[in-house]
Amino acid sequence: MADWVAACDEGEVDEEDVIRFDHEGRTFAIYRSPDDEYFATDGLCTHEHVHLADGLVMDDIIECPKHNGRFNYKTGQAKGAPACINLRTYPAKVEGGKIMIRID
Amino acid sequence: MASEPGMVIVGAGECGARAALTLREEGYDGPVTLIGREPHLPYERPPLSKDLMLGTEHPAARIVIDEDRLKKAGIDHLARSEAAAIDRQARHVVLENGLRLPYEKLLLATGCQPRRLPAVANNSRCVTLRTFDDALAIRTHLHRGVRLVVVGGGFIGLELAAAARQLGCPVTVLEAQPRILMRGVPEEIAGIIDARHAAHGVHLHCGVSIEAITDTPAGIAVELKDGAAIEADIALIGIGAVPETALAERAGLAVENGIAVDAFLQTDDPAVFAAGDCCSFPLALYGGRRVRLEAWRNAQEQGALAARNMLGAKEAHAAVPWFWSDQYDLGLQIAGLPDEGRETVRRDMGNGALILFHLAADGRLVAASGIGPGNTVAKDIRLAEMLIARRASPPRDRLAAPEAKLKTLLAA
Repeated sequence: MADWVAACDEGEVDEEDVIRFDHEGRTFAIYRSPDDEYFATDGLCTHEHVHLADGLVMDDIIECPKHNGRFNYKTGQAKGAPACINLRTYPAKVEGGKIMIRID
Repeated sequence: MASEPGMVIVGAGECGARAALTLREEGYDGPVTLIGREPHLPYERPPLSKDLMLGTEHPAARIVIDEDRLKKAGIDHLARSEAAAIDRQARHVVLENGLRLPYEKLLLATGCQPRRLPAVANNSRCVTLRTFDDALAIRTHLHRGVRLVVVGGGFIGLELAAAARQLGCPVTVLEAQPRILMRGVPEEIAGIIDARHAAHGVHLHCGVSIEAITDTPAGIAVELKDGAAIEADIALIGIGAVPETALAERAGLAVENGIAVDAFLQTDDPAVFAAGDCCSFPLALYGGRRVRLEAWRNAQEQGALAARNMLGAKEAHAAVPWFWSDQYDLGLQIAGLPDEGRETVRRDMGNGALILFHLAADGRLVAASGIGPGNTVAKDIRLAEMLIARRASPPRDRLAAPEAKLKTLLAA
């Protein structure tokens, strides 16, 4: 069953940046794009267990803080070595000043 | 086995494997042969001194290309194979078993070997760490209470010291220089790492030289030149690495602190390239200063670059040197070469995180060194790396202020 969960407040994430959100033993990354839209993915890089929230967001890309594995955080697509496995994405929306993500 | 000349890569580590994959990604459809000395599939070395030590007692290697992917990519991986000679006239690599592999282009990605301490060459309790098998052997030794002496306060030694402490081993680190990490790490940051080791109970002695390591009934004794002796069960010799240049030297290729290549990673033979830990190359960023880098990302980037240039891309190396080390909960990252700096600007980020920006005499940002819990400095070091690549001269006050976003400096 999929549930909408409040991940953080609007404005808690800087523009073109990412924060970490932990929920019920899982960890997610919440992004705010340069054009002010919100996105959510799994929190850990698919190459190694590293929190993506420590990485750099440039345009549509999140870069792993350790090995520069790159993903499109809007689609989850891995953009090349060493990251070869796509990142799982989750729907996100703004509601009542909160960033909500749908977790299944 | 291919009889038509193809791309031959000597060395099946991160660099060679990356090169082989890149050749295919770039559309090359001739034979690709990857020659490796080790019995394993290409694997990542960074975990060997870190996670691999702390995980299960029977760890697996983290594979770069598995069997299936090698097959699909049509890469012929020759494990347990030693390249004995290069016949440059005929353009053949000659393996130790006599097999001749014709090449169109050859890449030497032979890596490094640990520097040996001649005095302990045959002592089985004095180990080095480079390969997965080395790491497995060390892992089986490191049980709670086993006394470890680390000879050399470099990255391999310190990472292993941190892992061994976490496994409950008494650890002593011996460094000949006045401080740890003399090569490439600023003193202040080395001091933070030193203090963290001390806090975790590592006995760290700098400025000491080893006279001999001898067997005792209970283990080994490390005798110092000043007369002191340290009892231990096992010694890790971590005194640096030497590039694997023998094959290149025998083939008459230029060697200068590694196999000498130009900005295209080409040796003085246009059909032969070298990349990764084994080569020295001119770093455009610092006026063509010739360097040799022993780092995971460099191995990867140069492997890919060499592959493109083997296919005729003529693309010059332009990357900023970058590496990291993890010890306990501390993450260190350095972009650029700090010794290029003449002035340091310090940014205190709170929570024990710190970045030093290294500026050249003209104010240009040439390197940045960061340390902090986990990956706290990663984002800013990555931004600093981009500023370094752009040869930017950011205002000192902005670099020093933790609230000033480095990303805004990129736009400037």
